[in-house]
Amino acid sequence: MNAVRLSLIRLWALLGKEFRQMLRDPRMRFFIIVPPLVQLVIFGYAATFDVRVADVAVVDEANIAASRELIDAVAATGHFRLTHVGDMDAAEHLLERSDVRAILRFPWDFDGTGQLQLIGDGSDSNSAQLVMGQLSATLRDHLLQNRQPPLELITRAWFNQNLEDRYYFVPGIMANVVLIATMILVAMTVVREREHGTLERLMVTPLAKLEFIVGKLIPVALIGLFDVILITLVAVYLFDVPFRGSFMALVAGTMLYLMSTLGMGLLISSYASTQQQAMLTAFFFLMPMVILSGFAFPIRNMPEWIQYVTYLDPLRYYLVVVRDLFLKGGGLASHPFQFGMMGLLGSSALGLSLFRLR
Amino acid sequence: MEAEERSSQASALIDARGLTRRFGDFVAVDGIDVTVGPGEVFGLLGANGAGKTTAIRMLCGTLAPTAGSIMVAGQDMARHARRARGQIGYVAQRFALYGDLTVRENLRLQAGLYGLAGGRSRERIQWALTHLALADVAERMAGMLPLGYQRRLALAAALLHEPKVLFLDEPTSGVDPMARQQFWELIYGLADSGIAILVTTHYMNEALFCDRIALMDAGRIVVEDDPAALAHRSLSTPILSLKSEGGGTLVQELRQWPEVLEMIPSAGQLRIRLRGGCDATALASRIRGLADESGVAPLKLEQVDPEFEDVVVAILEASQQERSA
Ligand SMILES: Nc1ncnc2c1ncn2[C@@H]1O[C@H](COP(=O)(O)OP(=O)(O)O)[C@@H](O)[C@H]1O
Ligand SMILES: [Mg+2]
Repeated sequence: MNAVRLSLIRLWALLGKEFRQMLRDPRMRFFIIVPPLVQLVIFGYAATFDVRVADVAVVDEANIAASRELIDAVAATGHFRLTHVGDMDAAEHLLERSDVRAILRFPWDFDGTGQLQLIGDGSDSNSAQLVMGQLSATLRDHLLQNRQPPLELITRAWFNQNLEDRYYFVPGIMANVVLIATMILVAMTVVREREHGTLERLMVTPLAKLEFIVGKLIPVALIGLFDVILITLVAVYLFDVPFRGSFMALVAGTMLYLMSTLGMGLLISSYASTQQQAMLTAFFFLMPMVILSGFAFPIRNMPEWIQYVTYLDPLRYYLVVVRDLFLKGGGLASHPFQFGMMGLLGSSALGLSLFRLR
Repeated sequence: MEAEERSSQASALIDARGLTRRFGDFVAVDGIDVTVGPGEVFGLLGANGAGKTTAIRMLCGTLAPTAGSIMVAGQDMARHARRARGQIGYVAQRFALYGDLTVRENLRLQAGLYGLAGGRSRERIQWALTHLALADVAERMAGMLPLGYQRRLALAAALLHEPKVLFLDEPTSGVDPMARQQFWELIYGLADSGIAILVTTHYMNEALFCDRIALMDAGRIVVEDDPAALAHRSLSTPILSLKSEGGGTLVQELRQWPEVLEMIPSAGQLRIRLRGGCDATALASRIRGLADESGVAPLKLEQVDPEFEDVVVAILEASQQERSA
């Protein structure tokens, strides 16, 4: 009983110190609030992969009623700004200069059936895919409609009906910001103590290893949670992203995810002897984690063996949980696999770091 | 006699045997024995790199020894370092508190880490602020304080929990002589209250303040004694004290002599340390002769008793020679 009381006194003292230092450090205040918001705004507005109005070059060599009709149909969608050019050379020139994202060509022998050509800008594969998809869907719809009897093909992207990438990105940003902020913060605060000799000073006090770790992790975990709530509020109220799941599930999922990010931060701190080393090591891990998460590139497009590696990436699971909670809905019990995997990876990381930090 | 020695070891608050630490092939501390009893001020004296900090870190339980046993406050540090921690106060060589916390916040943290809370904590902090003359700067950021204040703060933080054993690693380095004097008075006060104190220093004159000193060189304790006894050791290297005016050429000449080990300017005189075994009187008359030749007068030249520093230097020199041999 008395041992527990003493342990709490020590932990309380350490927590008080951690919070004071964090709130007192202007760099830290900046680190907690600004990056998540900046990322949100940049991704939310500017860098979306959304193709609102795409420029398309049209080469109508056939120039018959059927081709003109199709061109009108494409123009009527409002998704494309068409530039008419005389020949393919001119069109390719525009594509090379990125003035247009795609070329739509009706060859001489097009007679309402036959072939027509669609060329996309593969250098920006994501948007090319989108433009090509929308363009071909429009053409196909139109061709099918004008059959006798008219055939209508209805396609719809589920959950994100306008294919607005913003919706996909907000959860991704959340996962990334939490990862970066918490992993780096933990590593830095521990390594800073080692650099300044204060860690050794703590080691001569009765403070236990576990108390030290808990005292270091709680403030950073709270910052992670704070960032998640901040991003959720901004996303929902400023960007009109829907949040359809349970808030409790978001908090629970975040805590499981934090076990991994904090554990990795601690692990890094057990290897690094300077803050600079810690920073570099953190980035060394961050990059592959983000890439393997499926945040920017779909996992199913990766080589098979890499797909197996992604199972070790906690980001992968958190991303699914957060995306679903925002766009689909769901509660505490809706993602047992993801929650389980995050718990497993998190306890491994924490366990390993506990073992490593002496 | 043997029984008495054993009982003094049993009551010792610090008792290390064969303490050794290697870093790779390098032996930083090489099988030293340290015993400090209650109320005793034990000094580890040695040049930079002698292994003082490494030894103290092992004694405090922050660095595992490669070999040897350590008992501190009755606890085996190899097995139960945590049990002894509540009895140990440690002032590290460099300032190891938090510069971005105030003096009071630092003390509050330390009090908490030692399990002090509420009224007891406030009481001890107040005691430390008053006793170590920190009350005026209690609300200042510790990182902004002059070095002397930081040293006192570090000592205050190490004393809040009333330890039985105090480790001080170069507590006075970089502090002005006045503050150093005050610091030693504090240390005496603490020793009087029964605390066992192990202090390291590289200032020879400070070693004189200790009850017992151990001279460290290259990881070994070359000699251990009480400083007064050490100072009265007869030296095999005689010392001449020379006072002359405008003896520049004389000094140049003397430097060449094989009998002269070292010439140390000291309080307007020149202390000439001679090689062991040479006849000081004969050499003195030779010097006088040389002085007459070069017309340097008046001249005072006499053999003097070795001082503490001479003894220390001679011992270290012998140890170094033995090592290189
Ligand atoms: N962690 C370490 N790794 C390698 N060498 C070390 C380490 N700590 C100390 N040393 C070496 O051990 C020797 C003794 O150092 P130290 O105990 O700090 O000496 P002192 O405190 O007497 O100046 C030095 O040569 C130092 O370079
Ligand atoms: Mg040292």
